[in-house]
Amino acid sequence: MKKIEAIIRPSVIHEIKEALVAENILGMTLTEVRGFGKQKGHTELFRGIEFQVEFVSKVKVEIIVSDEMLEKVVDIFLTKARTGKVGDGKIFIYPIDDVIRIRTGERGETAI
Amino acid sequence: MRGLQKIRGPRFFLLFMMFFGLGYVALADSPATTLTADVVQENLDYTWTLIAAAMVFFMQAGFAMLEIGFTRVKNAGNAVMKNAMDFCVGMLVYSAVGYAFMFGTGGVIGSSNFFLDGLTGWDWTFFLFQAMFAATAATIMAGAIAERTKFSSYLVASIVLTAIIYPLYGHWVWATGGWLKNLGFTDFAGSAVVHSVGGWFALAGAIMVGPRIGKFVGKKASAIPGHNIPMAALGVFILFFGWFGFNSGSVTKGIAEIGPIAVNTCIAGSAGGVAAMFLSYYIFKKMDIGMTLNGILAGLVAVTAGCATMPTWAALLVGLIGGVLVVYSVLFFDKIGVDDAVGAVSVHGVNGTWGTIAAGIFFSGSMFDLHIIGVQILGSLVAFAMGFGGGLIVLYVIKKTMGLRVTREEELEGLDMAEHGSVAYPEFQPKSELSIILNEKK
Repeated sequence: MKKIEAIIRPSVIHEIKEALVAENILGMTLTEVRGFGKQKGHTELFRGIEFQVEFVSKVKVEIIVSDEMLEKVVDIFLTKARTGKVGDGKIFIYPIDDVIRIRTGERGETAI
Repeated sequence: MRGLQKIRGPRFFLLFMMFFGLGYVALADSPATTLTADVVQENLDYTWTLIAAAMVFFMQAGFAMLEIGFTRVKNAGNAVMKNAMDFCVGMLVYSAVGYAFMFGTGGVIGSSNFFLDGLTGWDWTFFLFQAMFAATAATIMAGAIAERTKFSSYLVASIVLTAIIYPLYGHWVWATGGWLKNLGFTDFAGSAVVHSVGGWFALAGAIMVGPRIGKFVGKKASAIPGHNIPMAALGVFILFFGWFGFNSGSVTKGIAEIGPIAVNTCIAGSAGGVAAMFLSYYIFKKMDIGMTLNGILAGLVAVTAGCATMPTWAALLVGLIGGVLVVYSVLFFDKIGVDDAVGAVSVHGVNGTWGTIAAGIFFSGSMFDLHIIGVQILGSLVAFAMGFGGGLIVLYVIKKTMGLRVTREEELEGLDMAEHGSVAYPEFQPKSELSIILNEKK
């Protein structure tokens, strides 16, 4: 089992979600984050003075998948979350020791 | 403080008497009018009308809070700009030509007092009062076309409304010699002149600019939740407060009549809220906050034409029906694919029309008189033609020349950044999926 952590643009999360649900990925966790990589921030104006906002708003999506589903899900992100412009984001993959469903106590892949 | 301590005692008294004396001398400069009862009444007329004008002005805050509360964070600054500037620009335009077209001497259209030339005495107060009404009509469209309209294009449309369309219809209804007035058309405080014209203009705007991205998935309407319901409610309360100036102020005299008018106004607004709340419970099994707020406004709009001429039981009925109408109207416009972000068309256009006709139905002394009702219907149709027809033309020209809508990227990013280079709440990050709704692939 693997954990996929993807930092993506807010504007693509609907499409990503639809595509994941279509592939039977029925759970995910969303966090509103800010950050920067190659994409610098932007300039804002307040009462005549310009200032830099360095951290750009992004969305972090966390999903746990079985090893077989990994490449399929990565593919979804690479197609749906890509605009081609700087700031599309990154995907991180972590190994997972175990997954446990609290309600039933199930462990392992059935708990995903 | 040292200096002050030095002028204690006789010196201070002398200084005080000098200022008092100066003031007395200044007062003595004004013409020595004996305060007869007529003069006092006249002064009271001025006083009340000006207070009412200030109350109607404050409705601008109401419209702003309502629009901002019902739309998203990323467009809040733009809403501020639209509401602040349609007043500022509208005020200047109305002073320059609008008032002249509306109340100047002339048959079809007025042609005197351009740039406030030739105003005397009462005219000044009357002008200011009327200017606030014009500003109200102008700002109705702002909410309907929110979140996707170019700011400059909105201002241009607002200018044309304030300079030509509103004054033209207003001249026909309220100016001496206006043809609708001559036919006996009655619109005491502006259900037709202000709300219908403004509301139907807003409909033209909503149709011409098109729906927001994500509002319609195929034929079905999605919700785009407003970001601050308490703010929207504050807007409604401010509007309600201002309405006492709007309706009772239209008497333009400080006399007993303002009392029953205020009561009719209050009852109708309250009835509208109650009706909308119960109807929303009946339809949605929940008492919808937005619908209820719109219901209050619907009742207020609906009573505006007949507040001076209908008995209080009629005001109650008109308000109740207004609350019912606004709920069904909002659902109707969603159904036919028109995106009205705040319900402006349903509140002002639909209920402005209902109010205008209701004033004819419930006319004290001549209830259910078909002739009167007929004239009211005629006036309503003319208001629709001017507001909606005029709006379609104006907005079509704007669309073809300077463009009406922002680009897709600008709309997704938010108008605050795109148009004004700033963010309304820099320290708060909005919920991403609510600020950018893209259900297009269903």
